[in-house]
Amino acid sequence: MSDNYTLYNQTVMDHFLNPRNLGDLKDADGVGEVGAAACGDIMKISLKIEDGKIKDARFKTFGCGSAIASSSMATELIKGRSIEEAMSFSNQEVVSALGGLPPVKIHCSVLAEEALKAALEDYLKKHPEMAARVQPKAEAPPA
Amino acid sequence: MRQVYLDHQSATPLLPEALDAMRPFLTEAFGNPSSLHQLGLRAREAMHHARVQIAALLNAESPEDIFFTSDGQESANLAVKGVAYANQRKGHHIVCSETEHPAVLNSIEFLEKQGFTCTKVKVDRQGFVNPDEVRAVITDQTILVAVHHVNHDIGAIEPVKAIGRIAAERGVPFYVDAEASAGWLPIDVQAFGANLLSFSPHKLYGPKGVGVLYRNKKARLVSILHGGVQEGGRRAGIENVPAIVGAGVAAELALRDMPQRIAHTARLQRKLWEQLQARVPYLQLNGPEPGPHRISTNLNISTEFIEGEGQLLRCDVHGIAVASGSSCVSKSLKISHVLAAIGLNHALAQGNLIMSLGKDNTDEDIDYVVETFAEKVVAPLRAMSPMWDEFERGLIDSAIHPRGQGKSFAAHAATISGKH
Ligand code: FES
Repeated sequence: MSDNYTLYNQTVMDHFLNPRNLGDLKDADGVGEVGAAACGDIMKISLKIEDGKIKDARFKTFGCGSAIASSSMATELIKGRSIEEAMSFSNQEVVSALGGLPPVKIHCSVLAEEALKAALEDYLKKHPEMAARVQPKAEAPPA
Repeated sequence: MRQVYLDHQSATPLLPEALDAMRPFLTEAFGNPSSLHQLGLRAREAMHHARVQIAALLNAESPEDIFFTSDGQESANLAVKGVAYANQRKGHHIVCSETEHPAVLNSIEFLEKQGFTCTKVKVDRQGFVNPDEVRAVITDQTILVAVHHVNHDIGAIEPVKAIGRIAAERGVPFYVDAEASAGWLPIDVQAFGANLLSFSPHKLYGPKGVGVLYRNKKARLVSILHGGVQEGGRRAGIENVPAIVGAGVAAELALRDMPQRIAHTARLQRKLWEQLQARVPYLQLNGPEPGPHRISTNLNISTEFIEGEGQLLRCDVHGIAVASGSSCVSKSLKISHVLAAIGLNHALAQGNLIMSLGKDNTDEDIDYVVETFAEKVVAPLRAMSPMWDEFERGLIDSAIHPRGQGKSFAAHAATISGKH
């Protein structure tokens, strides 16, 4: 028997208790803030983008343990990726990097994906030249 | 690290006296109380003694009115369904409050699918039922009035005596769920005018696996579990004798120590609430103020701009056990139906935490909880919250202490989730 029981696995707990990339980027190139229809949580991701690549990412989250862990993990994963790559980012990647989430908590990782995409959209709106380059991919019909 | 247990409304530790009394019935005195030999008769006698002890706690007319089930929720099922089925020739209408425990609400919902009807009486913003509203909705078809003694979420003490009088005037059986109050508030089924009353001994330092249902002869009740003729034919299945013995001891000691338990928890409850308020800004108490209208064990708070599950997990990491009514904690992703019923806005319900005190909590526990909650729970979670940041920048306003600056949290949340 263990003498320390946790609701989530150790990776999730670690990202919840010691979130990476917490905060706002002062000179962010794209900011996305989304709310979850399901339970009412709110997530905000800001991005620093240079030469078509995500240089830096920060998050703030009003939500449960897995929402905080998901946003922490999502910002870790997307740093260094190109915009095109980031456009096809999926919550599944967050879930596997976290070593799994309880079924009822999968939607919290979806919120992280949505916040990231909202931040990218915000960036592309301000940079139509980039939008033109990535749009064909962005508009590909969903699988 | 200090361990502080503040979830006594979920379960309490077993009294050593109860365990001692139970031990023989887990070992050598294993007889089936329906058996007619020495071992059976010993078990039967022990159960009778527990009925006497529990009848005293409730001021029941007779120990024969005490029935044992597996848990308070089973007792609630038996009370609601058992009375409804026994009286279905008289009528099909049930009256309850909208803040009853799911064991009552879902039992009624089950009956509604079979043609019964229900009127749920609303509560006010503190969670109180108005007895006049109960009077107004009782009809000639009403066969049961069900109102809990104390609300399990927000600690509101309901006017059960007044409701009991009204039910008696109309000749309708009155069922009181005393899950949150038994052992923590004086209960007098005769003064309440209660025909049925239920509770779980594990909330008053007894064991799990046993529930109590008091029922007097004025309320007809049929069994909902069929088989042997246990519990006067009201519940088939062998009784959990060790747990019943432990429940009896727990009831006896609860009655003996009640004044001290109430005084102690009431003092700590006040202290906890006063100190939390002093240390944490934008904090709200849900339900009545500590005092004569709130049970001394319960504190239900909402901390603005942060969510409840995160608070619970961070408390737990620091040795503090609490509960929460946040939507993120519930499996259905809905806020507690009690918080919704008192009109709490969604964001405040999400920031909900329930702390429930017990006889063994100390002043040092409270000091530790207040300090830890302010520094290790609220501060880091607010630092993570986009809402706290936007509040500080004047973009959204507080619902607890509005500054007249920025839009409401609800309006903000609606805007950003609107696109989904
Ligand atoms: S954010 Fe509400 S359940 Fe995760």
